[in-house]
Amino acid sequence: MARPLLEVSDLNVEFRTDDGPVQAVRGVDFSVDAGQVLAIVGESGSGKSVTAMSILQLLPPSASISGEVMWKGENLLEVKEPRIREVRGGEISMIFQDPLTALNPVYKVGDQIVEMIQAHGRVSRRDARDRAIEMLDLVGIPQPAKRVDQYTHEFSGGMRQRAMIAMALSCDPQLIIADEPTTALDVTVQAQVLELLTDLADRLDTAVVLITHDLGVVAGMADRVTVMYAGRMVEAGSTDDVFDGTGHPYTHGLLMSLPRLDSDVGAPLMPIGGQPPSMLSPPPGCSFHPRCPFAREDLGCMTEVPATLERSPGHVSACHRADELMADGALDHRRLVGAGRQAADTDTVSVTDDGSAPGTGTEGGGLER
Amino acid sequence: MGTFVLRRLFQLVIVLWGGATILFILFYMVGGNPAERMASGGGERNPNPQVVRNLEVRYGLDKPKPQQYVAHMSRIARGDFGESFRTREPVVDIAKRRAPTSFRLAFWAVIIEGTMGIGSGMLSARRRNSLADVVTTIAAVVASAIPVFVLGFMIKQLTGVYAYQNDWPAWARFPTIGLGDNDWIFWVIPTGNTWKYVVQPAFVLAAVSTAILARITRTSMLETMRMDHVRTARAKGLSEKQVTRKHVLRNALIPVVTILGIDFGTMVGAAILTETVFNIQGLGSQIVASAKDLDMPVVIGLTMLVTLVYGTMSLLVDLSYAYLNPRVRLGDD
Ligand SMILES: Nc1ncnc2c1ncn2[C@@H]1O[C@H](COP(=O)(O)OP(=O)(O)O)[C@@H](O)[C@H]1O
Ligand code: SF4
Ligand SMILES: [Mg+2]
Repeated sequence: MARPLLEVSDLNVEFRTDDGPVQAVRGVDFSVDAGQVLAIVGESGSGKSVTAMSILQLLPPSASISGEVMWKGENLLEVKEPRIREVRGGEISMIFQDPLTALNPVYKVGDQIVEMIQAHGRVSRRDARDRAIEMLDLVGIPQPAKRVDQYTHEFSGGMRQRAMIAMALSCDPQLIIADEPTTALDVTVQAQVLELLTDLADRLDTAVVLITHDLGVVAGMADRVTVMYAGRMVEAGSTDDVFDGTGHPYTHGLLMSLPRLDSDVGAPLMPIGGQPPSMLSPPPGCSFHPRCPFAREDLGCMTEVPATLERSPGHVSACHRADELMADGALDHRRLVGAGRQAADTDTVSVTDDGSAPGTGTEGGGLER
Repeated sequence: MGTFVLRRLFQLVIVLWGGATILFILFYMVGGNPAERMASGGGERNPNPQVVRNLEVRYGLDKPKPQQYVAHMSRIARGDFGESFRTREPVVDIAKRRAPTSFRLAFWAVIIEGTMGIGSGMLSARRRNSLADVVTTIAAVVASAIPVFVLGFMIKQLTGVYAYQNDWPAWARFPTIGLGDNDWIFWVIPTGNTWKYVVQPAFVLAAVSTAILARITRTSMLETMRMDHVRTARAKGLSEKQVTRKHVLRNALIPVVTILGIDFGTMVGAAILTETVFNIQGLGSQIVASAKDLDMPVVIGLTMLVTLVYGTMSLLVDLSYAYLNPRVRLGDD
């Protein structure tokens, strides 16, 4: 098999701050094949954006980065000035969360696309402008020849993000990193914009890293999913594996908190209780243990970082109890919600019965709500 | 935009009229008899009653105040600002004599403010917490803390007195009175050795605003550098230079430009301290001197000129602000 297009291994990012070091990313691995869509999922603060930005050396100088980001045989963490600029936008494009602030308000939208095209090739202004109009048309912006001369404040939120997508695609990149591309948009246009992005990427054979906190949007779009929690990768696999053979309680929690449109009409949402930890002092052992309904002190949840192990071919997760919980079906989100809750309750009781874990993890709600 | 400009010009006329009216009322309240002051040569001798009477008739000062007010205002409306109670020189002539000096001084002060303020602000923003940043910060605080009088006299003493006494080289010795008699190209570019007259007062006049502008530039740059669109510019593959020039400076300097414009408008009429220290015959010092003499036509005429300059500058600033910042729609306010 050919090498993956992008291969990130053992990525670590630490920020120096006045309050001490912030370990934003801790040993993340993932890879993307040409033309593939990889979703990186996790709650806010789990290190998704930092991961994305480190790929293109876009982090501030206060960040120290280690690991490898292999792209076309080069480690992007080490390449120098002119080369990294070729990669930025030319080979790997980024789309950011809020298109209103991500575009410069004082330049025309078209000029910002032209600027990017001209940064990556000797193209005349007129040709670059024609290309910009063509791209705006491609992303479904009506009257592109007129829109090209308008400013961002004259665009609606959805149109702005379409323009961002047009810009991102304008230099034929092989990979697009979209960091929560629809989070800032009106719910009514979120699906359209996401569909447009994956559609175009498919047509142009561009790979996509889709970063999102919403596992729900991933289902129909991504080939593979990487779930991050507190700077670590907790589960990764094909979308089917992660949804149907969930191998981590955190992923299970994310799935349980989705609106359930398929079965169980009226079933309550079950958000994960508590908050993600501060990355100044993440919890020892499994970072998820304070919020995990399955946490067990005797199995090392509070003290030992769980190893990332393969649960089925190409499907990994980092949980001390993954095999056991998967065998029990405790991580199956399609089970009746009532049953799911019962399983969790039983488990909690057994922990307390052991007498080994007073006040572990289940505080703060969890699945008990 | 046309209606915006027209409305602003109309507002300006109202402000000019209102300002002149307030000044008139103040002179009326302060009282004193300008004719008596004129006849007394500014209080040096006892006025001759007949002369006072003649002067009162000549300037209409014997009429009731409202009538005087209407008469003065309608003359102004026709472009006749009257003549000085004291010297009988037409106010327009005084303005023609004084205004260019004030303009030149303000022009060069703003040039200094712009280059030094923006330059050092940029430097300290780009090398935050470096020695350069610390030095400019301290310099800015010192510059804005020293009173203009003190700064002016110190500089004048150093380069205009001490330098001569100690045989400093010619380039380090500066004249310290007025703005010289040489010609000016395009009104503002000095010829001959005139630049030597201009540089020190312009520097003194600019000192405080330069310090403030440097701080504002620094803050504005640092704020802009953190913005999302700057990250986008970098992610597009632009060079660091392009990012700074097109996406940081361009956005960060929008407030700076407006401040420069307003500062020019202010400096034309309010350079009184600097004009006094360097014996420069500008508008501000004339207004103050005439106010002391209760020379109403001069004060009202020159104040209106200064207000006109300020109003025009602030209109130009608003227009350029709208040009630089497409989000601003003129006339929305
Ligand atoms: N420039 C920075 N300096 C210090 N800490 C940072 C910086 N950028 C991000 N972080 C921290 O890194 C962690 C991960 O952030 P981020 O990657 O933005 O999360 P996500 O995108 O998953 O919501 C957070 O705890 C955040 O506070
Ligand atoms: S069971 Fe233990 S290791 Fe697994 S997610 Fe919960 S706390 Fe972490
Ligand atoms: Mg983020």
